[in-house]
Amino acid sequence: MIDDFLLRALIAGAVIALAAAPLGSLVVWRRMAYFGDATGHAGLLGVALGLALGLPMMLGVAMLAGAMALVVTYMMRRGDYAVDTVLGVFAHSALAIGLVAASLLPGVRLNLMDTLLGDILSVSWADIVMISLGSAGILGIMAWRWRSLLNGTLSPELLVAEGGSLMWDRLIFTLTLALFVALAMKLVGVLLITAMLILPAAAARPMARSPEQMVVFAAIIGIVAVVAGLGFSWITDAPAGPSIVAMSSVGFILSNLLKLLKN
Amino acid sequence: MALVTAEGVEVRVGNKRLLHDVDLRIEAGEIVTVIGPNGAGKSTLLKAIIGAMPISAGRIDKRASLRIGYTPQKVQLEKTMPITAARFLSLAGKLPKGARADVLEKTDVAALRDVQLADLSGGEFQRVLLARALLRKPDLLILDEPTQGLDQPAEARFYRLLADVRKETGAAVLMVSHDLHVVMAESDRVVCLNGHVCCSGAPAQVSEDPGYKELFGARAELALYEHQHDHSHEGCSHD
Repeated sequence: MIDDFLLRALIAGAVIALAAAPLGSLVVWRRMAYFGDATGHAGLLGVALGLALGLPMMLGVAMLAGAMALVVTYMMRRGDYAVDTVLGVFAHSALAIGLVAASLLPGVRLNLMDTLLGDILSVSWADIVMISLGSAGILGIMAWRWRSLLNGTLSPELLVAEGGSLMWDRLIFTLTLALFVALAMKLVGVLLITAMLILPAAAARPMARSPEQMVVFAAIIGIVAVVAGLGFSWITDAPAGPSIVAMSSVGFILSNLLKLLKN
Repeated sequence: MALVTAEGVEVRVGNKRLLHDVDLRIEAGEIVTVIGPNGAGKSTLLKAIIGAMPISAGRIDKRASLRIGYTPQKVQLEKTMPITAARFLSLAGKLPKGARADVLEKTDVAALRDVQLADLSGGEFQRVLLARALLRKPDLLILDEPTQGLDQPAEARFYRLLADVRKETGAAVLMVSHDLHVVMAESDRVVCLNGHVCCSGAPAQVSEDPGYKELFGARAELALYEHQHDHSHEGCSHD
């Protein structure tokens, strides 16, 4: 019989891997990995805000990540700076200011390791309910807007010419990303959220022939990585979040090697 | 009523003014071609008309319920997504089965159904893009450099296909092109753009226009395109 906390970690990790599959594929296709980073790092500031205002952590993180996503989108559109500069400035500023804020807030004691790298082994059943509801929300929105999101990815101009709305496309993408950051933060921490998103999707890419296939493969790889990572962490006592991500990167290497061998 | 009427259109990105004082009308069934040097704002104008680029001054009116079929520039389509031609076409939305088969046959893409978008040759890719635009039964086709990167036989085939399509559907065409010889032969109207409209009108009229000769120089007579980086002349230069 496996321990209760391990079971909770497995469930939470698998649910997050499911939500990450379509969202992570979109991040990979849209070349927005660093956008995910900036949004993820804003989560740290969100934790500090949540603590300062006495809000639930997930709410603070979702608010800050959402605000960050919108501001970064606006700055990228303005075009005063190169996109990578905007993302670098915001990602690192959020991280630094978040750490400073957390240390200055009176009466707040933030476990830095847990915030940066997550603590999947401490998720409660209440957390799992929240994570499951949030993930179901993300998957529902993805399914509802899937055709439009694919069109917006392939060519924003094509989406608009065919009567779609670019503003909706961007808004839905950024806000689901913010929601994901809030959900995944406790499990893998601000530093590895992007890894949860893009590694399974990137590993799925060489095997996929259609966008939907890539999403399904990403989900499978993500869940296998959660199981393998937690198992590895259990045996070796290595930190759980990084172990999961490390397993995803093994998946990435294997799938690319397989592709190479096939050709 | 015109399909599209643009008046005094200006587009700015940051502090850069990409287009200014652009007037343009597109009537039903006509072929209008936009020519001009690189950086003249040709793609920007098309994007403004489809509504993908906000305009900072002027107005663009479209006929109510105007159906637009658009083909983006090849280089602008995201290639990181694994997707077959058939799936790409299905993303245009729900259509009657017969209509789809008809378009696939007309554009000769039926055999490409299972090929990945990233693996298509230039000519095949343009046909797939055109097929997608046609699936929408458009009143107006907006094509952004549809023959970019095609060799001459493929280019000739593409224009023949386009002529057939127009004959059959009666759709108007607004396109950006660098192929001056084809432009002059196939267009009803030519718009010579360089940040603003230098000159426009029937091909014969435009080719006599000083503004056109200035932009395209002596080579215009050979109907070969070669863009010039500096326009130091009067009248049609950048400002």
